[in-house]
Amino acid sequence: MVHGEVWTIKELFVYPNEFIYWSIQIVMYPFMTGLVAGAFVLSSLYHVFGVKQLKDMARFALVFSFALLFVAPMPIVLHLQFPFRGFNIFMTPHFTSAIAAFGIVFSAYGAIVASELWFIYRKHFVEIALPLKEKQDKTLFEWFKYLVFCALTLGVYDISEESLKRDEKAIKILAGVGIPVAMFLHGYAGFIFGSVKANALWMTPLMPVIFIMSAIVSGIALCMLTYIVTMEIRKILVSRKKKPSYMPQTTEEIKGVEMHVIKMTARYLLFFLIAAISLELLDLIFRGYTAVKSWDVLRSVIYGRDFVDIFILQYGLGNLVPFILFLMPGLTIRRAVVGTILVLFGVFMMRWNVVIGGQAFSLTFAGYMHYHLPIIPHDWETFKEGLGGALSIFIMPFILFWIFNKIFPVFSFEKSH
Amino acid sequence: MTRRDFFKLSLKGVITAGLAKGLFELVKPEHILASTSNIRRVFLIDAHECCGCGLCVKACKLENEVPYESSVSRTWIERYVMTKDGKVHADATNAGRDGFTSTKIDLGMGKYKDIKKEDIDKAFFVPKLCNQCENPSCVQVCPVGATYQAADGVVLVDRKWCIGCGYCIMACPYGVRFFHPKYRTAEKCNFCYHRISKGLKTACVQACVFGSRKLGNLKDPNDPVTKTIMTERVWVLKEEYGTKPQVYYTNLSMEVR
Repeated sequence: MVHGEVWTIKELFVYPNEFIYWSIQIVMYPFMTGLVAGAFVLSSLYHVFGVKQLKDMARFALVFSFALLFVAPMPIVLHLQFPFRGFNIFMTPHFTSAIAAFGIVFSAYGAIVASELWFIYRKHFVEIALPLKEKQDKTLFEWFKYLVFCALTLGVYDISEESLKRDEKAIKILAGVGIPVAMFLHGYAGFIFGSVKANALWMTPLMPVIFIMSAIVSGIALCMLTYIVTMEIRKILVSRKKKPSYMPQTTEEIKGVEMHVIKMTARYLLFFLIAAISLELLDLIFRGYTAVKSWDVLRSVIYGRDFVDIFILQYGLGNLVPFILFLMPGLTIRRAVVGTILVLFGVFMMRWNVVIGGQAFSLTFAGYMHYHLPIIPHDWETFKEGLGGALSIFIMPFILFWIFNKIFPVFSFEKSH
Repeated sequence: MTRRDFFKLSLKGVITAGLAKGLFELVKPEHILASTSNIRRVFLIDAHECCGCGLCVKACKLENEVPYESSVSRTWIERYVMTKDGKVHADATNAGRDGFTSTKIDLGMGKYKDIKKEDIDKAFFVPKLCNQCENPSCVQVCPVGATYQAADGVVLVDRKWCIGCGYCIMACPYGVRFFHPKYRTAEKCNFCYHRISKGLKTACVQACVFGSRKLGNLKDPNDPVTKTIMTERVWVLKEEYGTKPQVYYTNLSMEVR
């Protein structure tokens, strides 16, 4: 069977070779990259622009961005017909292709995030490694911990006041450089779609900007959500009085901090949400007004076949409802949770409507293709490009975050600072 | 050597190597070779001569190892039927492999529309294949350079290097590309490169009973195909995409997509 035939249903006049070749994993790719970029921008708001209220969120967002970073290329790898040949992009990058620079942009961004993290946690690494070094009879686990943290210090044990000050400076520079690179990383994902001249829905110079704005929206929303979840867990731990030694606060204190951080972050979320919606609507209005050759088929897809996906699920449930939820006075944690989940869903639907919606009509402009997401897999292909593959990708950053949190403690850090 | 010196030296080394590689990219030997090539493969299709028998599609599938029963094909035939109410009906069932023996138009999803003879204004067939564009968007977007343009203008795919990302499939405005059901790499018509490089005709040209398909060399002024392209009224498909397609049509109609 031809790739794509399983989940594509053709209607009216469609070329014989046309199928929905870019499926759920290509929806996940910009979604995950967007979360990476968004989380990083959020953390940079504190480091670069000194938005003090975001201090707690900043460190959290950075570590989470790092966890997401490893997951971002996974959807592409799963989508490739030859995943092991993916490395060819690094071997023979063909620079006229928008995807070819992915390796370079991605590693550059990864290097920035990793070094920023290193500067922030350098003191922590040294503080763990040094006592372990002096300890005489280490257990096997301590040996392992010692080796890991020794390696992480990169051989620099100087944590004097002066050197820490220099670290601060380095962090600021890295966060500053990181913003344009994070924007570029995601704007670039938008460019991959926006530059496909054969696709009438994708081809618009606005695509990278729309992608960046919605990326920041989704990144902030995910950080808020995960932050709330972790804070709630802390509250439970504190109230059970089994609290770890590094948690000196009471439930009330945590609650106060949590609410404050969430309110601050929600403001930035709203700002970027307005920017994203304005750009998307501008694009839509412009297409309708100029009404070029492809508009007939696009209109029938946007206002007809994909109406529920676009206007009800994406703009309505994913944008308008959370917008109202966040704007209403007296924001509560529960409402923030509902709001952020809806925002995340809205951004996911936006990616879906771009990627799948862009293939919902034929190149003939006289036929349609319907996508049926494989839910129960019957072979490897329908798993990796089905619900199972998408969910695995979605869960992965949370697992990674849990692991990274052991190395870069997000919460216990306050006392050592 | 101190650590600082080592890093400085490494940086210099990387920059020098990068510049050297960049220069090599700028002056590519294959580009120089291509500009001196005296062959530019083109295709000429007389749409009026096509009877929609599907022999070309059959021949192509057998010649190029595209599984016979699969729905994809390197070349295909489209049927257009214009009715008196001004509507355009078109289909390309099975890529036109078995000809168009039924009067029913395939609407997809298992539905068919029967059109009465007296309702028809005009009807015709249009063969399609890769346009071997002068400015191929598929070559532009390949991230690993696995698809490339040969000196004679034909766009080829390296099955050993293609990663199967599908970007070229997305970038082609003509929908000629697909994933090969067996090799799983990007696949497309290459004017039967293995045949034409030996001086043979392409499988579809060989199979066409009515001479609707012709292969030519645009750089040879005495080539009959070149003469037709130069002196008669010819048309190309989807010129607006700026790909400069090199499959020329005579007797084409504006309804063709």
